[in-house]
Amino acid sequence: MTLGEVKTILDAQLLCGEELLDQEVHTACGSDLMSDVLAFVKDQAVLLTGLMNQQVIRTAEMMDILCIIFVRGKEPAPEVVELAKEKDLAIMTTTHRMFTACGLLFQSGLNGGVHIQ
Amino acid sequence: MKGLHYHYQVPGDDFTRAGEASGAIKAALKKLGFSPQVVRKVAIAMYEGEINLVIHGGGGEIDVDIDGEKVTMVLADHGPGIPDIQKAMEEGWSTAPDNVRSLGFGAGMGLPNMKKYSDEMTVESVVGEGTTVTMVVKLV
Repeated sequence: MTLGEVKTILDAQLLCGEELLDQEVHTACGSDLMSDVLAFVKDQAVLLTGLMNQQVIRTAEMMDILCIIFVRGKEPAPEVVELAKEKDLAIMTTTHRMFTACGLLFQSGLNGGVHIQ
Repeated sequence: MKGLHYHYQVPGDDFTRAGEASGAIKAALKKLGFSPQVVRKVAIAMYEGEINLVIHGGGGEIDVDIDGEKVTMVLADHGPGIPDIQKAMEEGWSTAPDNVRSLGFGAGMGLPNMKKYSDEMTVESVVGEGTTVTMVVKLV
């Protein structure tokens, strides 16, 4: 699916990265722990998280993640959005909770990628 | 290829800036045309190390050397040092304070991750003097 479709499915608000909405994505991950994202994520293009700081953007940058979705209706601080713009990442917010947001995307065909050994 | 050298000072008092050096190296390697796999390995290994410099080392310095065969990263701090390196290398072992955990780090995955994403890694540490971590990512 495209990031535009992700946005529709989650009834999300786009905060930056409009130019990425046509990008195709196939896998996603959900975590509030950036250490685990760095340890276990492989080729996932979308990160769902409730963590709200600059290190979420930096983690996404290092992992080649295209889009960050903040769950539970959380609004990132302006400097977090600015850093995402600088790094050419898309940011969305959704009022869905983590479990529901992940479930909705999974149900629509997005998967979790490779199984961790 | 002529050797390239990059040097970064990592401030110890500003967690929001942790990752600037790693982001800069990632962009530089990408521009130099290295494979996405190499770029990502270097970026993740160095980012974890940079986070450690800020969390544990009170800041420090990073030197990155690139030659035709490998990328070598040396991260040095003058922090408290690591009393038991073997223990520190265990997944899940962490001495990070709670405020760091609330920022999404401190799960005890830093050093194991650095080892996982680099081809060679050595940790030298003297309690009370500081820690130097050297990581190598091979280009071929």
